Amino acid sequence: MSFSVTDPTKNTKWFAGILVVAYAILTIMPLLWIIATGFKSPADSIAYPPVVVFEPTLEGYVNLFTDRTRATEKMIQEAGPPKTWYDIIARERGTVISGPSRYGERFLNSIIIGFGSTALCMVLGTMAAYAFSRFKVPLKDDLLFFILSTRMMPPIAVAIPIFLMFRNLGLNDTHLGMILLYTAVNLSLSVWLLKGFIDEIPIEYEEAALIDGYTRFQAFYKVVLPQAATGIASTAIFCLIFAWNEYAFAVLLTSGTAQTAPPFIPNIIGVNGKDWPAVAAGATIFLVPVMVFTVLLRKHLLRGITFGAVRK
Amino acid sequence: MATGPIDIVAKKTPSGIVHKIKGLSDRTIAWIFVAPTIFLLLAVNIFPLIWTIRLSFTNYRVNRPNRDVEWIGLRNYERILSDADIWNTMQATAHFLIWTIIIQVLIGFALAYLINKKFKGNDLWTTIIVFPMMLSPAVVGNFWTFLYQPQIGLFNYVVTFFTRGNPADFSMIGDVHLAPWAIVIADTWMWTPFVMLICLAGLRSIPDSIYEAAECDRASKWRQFWTITIPMVLPFLMLAVLFRGIENFKMFDLVVQLTGGGPGNTTTLTSIDLKREAFEKWRTGYSSAYAVILFVTVFGLASIYVKALNKVKER
Repeated sequence: MSFSVTDPTKNTKWFAGILVVAYAILTIMPLLWIIATGFKSPADSIAYPPVVVFEPTLEGYVNLFTDRTRATEKMIQEAGPPKTWYDIIARERGTVISGPSRYGERFLNSIIIGFGSTALCMVLGTMAAYAFSRFKVPLKDDLLFFILSTRMMPPIAVAIPIFLMFRNLGLNDTHLGMILLYTAVNLSLSVWLLKGFIDEIPIEYEEAALIDGYTRFQAFYKVVLPQAATGIASTAIFCLIFAWNEYAFAVLLTSGTAQTAPPFIPNIIGVNGKDWPAVAAGATIFLVPVMVFTVLLRKHLLRGITFGAVRK
Repeated sequence: MATGPIDIVAKKTPSGIVHKIKGLSDRTIAWIFVAPTIFLLLAVNIFPLIWTIRLSFTNYRVNRPNRDVEWIGLRNYERILSDADIWNTMQATAHFLIWTIIIQVLIGFALAYLINKKFKGNDLWTTIIVFPMMLSPAVVGNFWTFLYQPQIGLFNYVVTFFTRGNPADFSMIGDVHLAPWAIVIADTWMWTPFVMLICLAGLRSIPDSIYEAAECDRASKWRQFWTITIPMVLPFLMLAVLFRGIENFKMFDLVVQLTGGGPGNTTTLTSIDLKREAFEKWRTGYSSAYAVILFVTVFGLASIYVKALNKVKER
């Protein structure tokens, strides 16, 4: 075993490890608490002192996905015995399921708008990044800075004219409008990140391809794109997460058909006021995919959050 | 690609043939590739910005489309800059901005420093620490209101448990003195990992040989920390502060969900105030001027800061 003067001692490592683990546990607590609350009954969710051990129930999830009305004797008789497990849960609270809630739709909107804008953003972003990386584009630095600067504007500040513009074009509260908007918001990220990834691909590969008789386009999609696949994939996940998480534009420009989940989740109200287990269930379903993606992305995380300014 | 083999081949081949090999010229392809991006950004960013500037000189109101729009010059700007309420929101924003940055830099750097000691399993714990940063700020703000609920909220329970206070009297988001700190705590929980990751990259960029040389010169650990570690990490740290500064100046979603700007106006950050003026009071012209002022402020501050950052980098 080789020793280096700069290696931390065993004690230092232990000390550092304990502190970091303590912070990690502290920081993960709120998340675990929300996930747990999703499986609590309404009474358990607002118990004092807070309960850690409880009987798990899917009531929060049932309430999240259904609309319920307070059941009268007559209604229960008409409906007959409960048919499904979620019927049983609703009946236990003296309610009858009157139909699906809007959460499903909102979640689907988040998926459509998230994936739609990511796809468009990747197509436009890859093309622009390739051009900026490989060609002499006039005013290259100015254009790149301009693209970055679009990210500095507070969303609310540009929301007023976008609201007016969308209203004139009939794009308010439409999927297409939100896809275009989120694409524009994420383009700065995708161009900057992808330019970094493409810069790292040796230019000799393309030159070889060009000599072999490929056209520029062929060289682009047969040589560069496969080489940049990891970079493109991680950039896409970043765009997806940002579109998925966006709230300000969503709350201002959508209200019904195209509303995404973030403006919807906080407004979930139960029969007896705020239904915390349902809110927590909604948050859990919404946040867990992002956590999975974070694990997949961990190698490129730093690069993504700094727009490629810091590379490991 | 000035010296690539293709140029050598190109020089030796008649230009007509080169064109056939390449299809379209590089210049044309470059334009075809860049144009859609620039066009979309002009349409969704620059065009609205110019429109905002134009509206800021008028008394236009979206909810009264039939009223004549008057050109009122700089009056909107005068009214905003002489409005005491706006200075209050600026103060709330400054409080939020300064404290989140200070606390996140201290904790973030400390965490990065500890993780860089390369103890076993540091990758796993780093990933866990990073989670909050990737989540939706609006949803995070919403569930922090749950943690901050008087009595039933986990945060309030833990605090009153340790301070032996009366849980019924303790409220984070209902108290005018504590609410500004409630948003600082939630933002810190969410964004400390961001500063940590950047600091970690900075620490890892320092070559071991520098420390080895310092050891040979018998420099104390304390001295090594201040003369090697800190100066080498500083550019990274400043970059993290730049990102956090811009993001928190724009802050809307987390805080609007957490406190809604209240109690009173204690946590009404500029974005929240602007949203009220523009989309609740529908004072379109006035709020456009407000938006322009904010944009000029953030752009101005960021430019000055970037200049400072570049100076530090050059050293």
